[in-house]
Amino acid sequence: MSGWHTGTLTELAAGLRARKFSSVELVRAFLARIDANQATLNAFISVTREQALAEAAAADRALAAGGAGALTGVPIAHKDIFCTQGVRTTCGSRMLDNFVAPYDATVVAKLKGAGAVMLGKTNMDEFAMGSSSETSFYGPVRNPWNPQLVPGGSSGGSAAAVAARLIPGATATDTGGSIRQPAALCGITGIKPTYGRVSRYGMIAFASSLDQGGVLTASAADAALLLREMAGFDANDSTSVDTPVPDYVAALEEPLAGLKVGLLREFFDKGLDAHNEQRVREALKVYEQLGARLTEVSLPNLPLSVPVYYVVAPAECSSNLARFDGVRFGYRCENPRDLTDLYSRSRGEGFGTEVKRRIMTGTYVLSAGYYDAYYLKAQRVRQLINADFTRAFGSVDVLMGPTTPTPAFAIGAKTSDPITMYLNDIYTIGANLAGLPAVSIPCGFVQGLPVGLQIVGPHFSEARVLSAAHAFQRVTDWHTRVPPGYA
Amino acid sequence: MSAWETVIGLEIHAQLATRSKIFSGSATAYGAPPNAQASLVDLGYPGVLPVLNAQAVRMAVKLGLAINARIATQSVFARKNYFYPDLPKGYQISQYEQPIVAAGALDIVLDDGEVKRIGITRAHLEEDAGKSLHEGLPGVTGIDLNRAGTPLVEIVSEPDLRSAKEAVAYMKKVHTLVRYLEICDGNMQEGSFRCDANVSVRRSGTSKLGTRAELKNLNSFRFVERAINYEVARQIEILESGRQVVQETRLYDPDRGETRSMRSKEEANDYRYFPDPDLLPVVLDEAFIEQVRATLPELPDQKAARFASQYGLSAYDAGVLTGSRELAAYYEDVVRELPQEPKLAANWVMGELAAALNKENLEVGCGRLPAARLAGLLRRICDQTISGKIAKEVFETMWSDGASADAVIDAQGLRQITDTAAIERVIDEVMARNPAQLAEYRAGKDKLFGFFVGQVMKATAGKANPAQLNELLRRKLA
Repeated sequence: MSGWHTGTLTELAAGLRARKFSSVELVRAFLARIDANQATLNAFISVTREQALAEAAAADRALAAGGAGALTGVPIAHKDIFCTQGVRTTCGSRMLDNFVAPYDATVVAKLKGAGAVMLGKTNMDEFAMGSSSETSFYGPVRNPWNPQLVPGGSSGGSAAAVAARLIPGATATDTGGSIRQPAALCGITGIKPTYGRVSRYGMIAFASSLDQGGVLTASAADAALLLREMAGFDANDSTSVDTPVPDYVAALEEPLAGLKVGLLREFFDKGLDAHNEQRVREALKVYEQLGARLTEVSLPNLPLSVPVYYVVAPAECSSNLARFDGVRFGYRCENPRDLTDLYSRSRGEGFGTEVKRRIMTGTYVLSAGYYDAYYLKAQRVRQLINADFTRAFGSVDVLMGPTTPTPAFAIGAKTSDPITMYLNDIYTIGANLAGLPAVSIPCGFVQGLPVGLQIVGPHFSEARVLSAAHAFQRVTDWHTRVPPGYA
Repeated sequence: MSAWETVIGLEIHAQLATRSKIFSGSATAYGAPPNAQASLVDLGYPGVLPVLNAQAVRMAVKLGLAINARIATQSVFARKNYFYPDLPKGYQISQYEQPIVAAGALDIVLDDGEVKRIGITRAHLEEDAGKSLHEGLPGVTGIDLNRAGTPLVEIVSEPDLRSAKEAVAYMKKVHTLVRYLEICDGNMQEGSFRCDANVSVRRSGTSKLGTRAELKNLNSFRFVERAINYEVARQIEILESGRQVVQETRLYDPDRGETRSMRSKEEANDYRYFPDPDLLPVVLDEAFIEQVRATLPELPDQKAARFASQYGLSAYDAGVLTGSRELAAYYEDVVRELPQEPKLAANWVMGELAAALNKENLEVGCGRLPAARLAGLLRRICDQTISGKIAKEVFETMWSDGASADAVIDAQGLRQITDTAAIERVIDEVMARNPAQLAEYRAGKDKLFGFFVGQVMKATAGKANPAQLNELLRRKLA
């Protein structure tokens, strides 16, 4: 049987519960799609076939016995940054090519607990550092809309897999846009929740104060379902917040009329591609027609996001990645002469160029004599950006704007110039610095390539941003478009 | 007066007596096989996160309150970044710019009895590192991470100490205090209580601090004293020969009794401290602080003052008896049985008991001789059943057998003879047996009195009441 792959995650979960098809059938079908497209897209680092089939069979037994959870039998994939017990977790790096985690990340355990079946681990920029999924030790991920183009990053494997319907939903992480930017470039829905909403335990850290787990799915409704099952307080993560998780699915139909939408003046700047802007403005018109009230707002410090981010994130990364020293796990160089040689060669050979660049940058900004000028100043500006958002949410319910300045770019186009690559996250970084929930939803195409609309809400307003996204998706069909050849 | 003045500040590391580590659930017990107490968090595995042990916070607050310090309502954990095999994460989590305790003080007593106040700059929480192992591992270095993540409180003094002796007195004071507070077991052999000393010298009368050396690895009071004295002499010699002291970290070698250079200031790490984003600031409210204050025991200085006034003890005796909570409690248990004899009790606790404990390297709380038993013995001195001299023999038997004083006295027939008639009978016999000596005494040889005392004591196996004997003998011999 075919065609299951075009069903949304919500539909598949319902179909499984109604016993219209079995989890084993579903898992087989998606595994076949993963295999068939791996050579083209390179979306996966590991495929866990036997384990998935065994879990699917168990899910079918649970479904038959009536003891099913919200996601029982639903195939998903995890970004290879989440530790999975007994399954290799590489973080896209040679450093962890041999690393099998002895435990499940909280996100993995929660989704497992809800009945989801993991089919594999998705490809990503090395240690989530990148906006194109080109820095992976396992080779670049390709965009299903055009294999010459990048899918965005760092969660490019999850995004390409969901866009090509190799999997109905996947976990992802977002430190500066790593969920929303690939969602936009691949034409799917992605949500980065409020910082502290999803446990970071078992999610290999890049920049601890910015990292947040989330999901990539075809629709906002699917995102609501998946996120509801993986969010929540975790005693193992001191930065996770002990506040109840609303039923995001139940909240989807919240009426949109009267929603106060702020248009971020700073996002409609000269860096924004004119065609992209047009698609975003058309989407905003749809919102107006749905009853939203649009006003322009300004966040004067927001343009400083990129420089702040590229101080804070590398600083934290330089410290977080110190544990990869060749001593206890991961890559270890051959025949080290002494301790220094063990450190420098293990790290020198185990890490890729972009990771090294960020470790060097971070080490520099934290060094004696530079700390005040860089790190401390960046933290102060971060406070100003937070204050800008707080002020804006005093008068509007959500902020809207483009997710990215341009549609997907060519593989290799920006690898030689890190600064242009970094500027790709110019619209997404603000939400990370302020810890705000933000979604990206497809809102049209430019020359056959998807464009994303970003919706940012106040802290813990996931239900609001998801319902706003859902309202748009009820009256548009951009989110149902599947790349040619993958339908 | 010496031409040079010594200036010392101590950084004391006290291991907090929590059951689990500061950021993980692993046990902190000493002596487990290597890495048996190292969880994924302690091993610094990818993806794991620290969770602060609330008990460690409570203990640090307890310390802060006991030294009259300021308790920070907000303190922050920072990362101290450096590479070393025993440091699994590549950084140590410690408090840097915002410690939990600041600006406290402790009083020490100098040799001349003068009380000197030593300022305590700060005390902060941090995790300990693991250990590298070399023994029995030719060609490789082993790593034991059992100790990694053990909670420490680092207590940093002002440079208020002026000699090795003062440094030791201060360190002992802190040692007593942390054990009173039950926040550290104080075991120095196991490294639960250790210190680094910052030592410099300057010309007497000048106020500018000299260049200092930081002495590491001082894990006994004796080493602290020796290392500082060695270092002071070394620095004075350098300065007197017209050279400059180099700012550096020096390691004390107890086998050679000397300090030697570990690394100079130029070689020092740039630790790149920054607030740990995995941990929220520690926010404490007044209610919490007051709740901890309510758990404070009577502190050593308060207790010593009370002992001196309540029991009429000298400041010295009161100080010795309050040296540990257990000793003070033992003493008070004895006094409770013998309220009229606090001084006798003090003499015995500090004398016979302390010597016996010391000889076998036992702690007062070991239970070998319960306070009630010792009180039972002292009661027999008071009621004149036995003499003080006999009591020491009885004590020895009690110590080795665990018997009560009365049982020993009865079994060995040591009860003192206080019956006048009985003593007179013995005196008469002795006089009858020694007519020559009697004649000499009566002829004026007074010092033979002692001979007759000795003969009566010999005949009674030392049990005759000495005062009665003296009086009766004097009368009979006259």
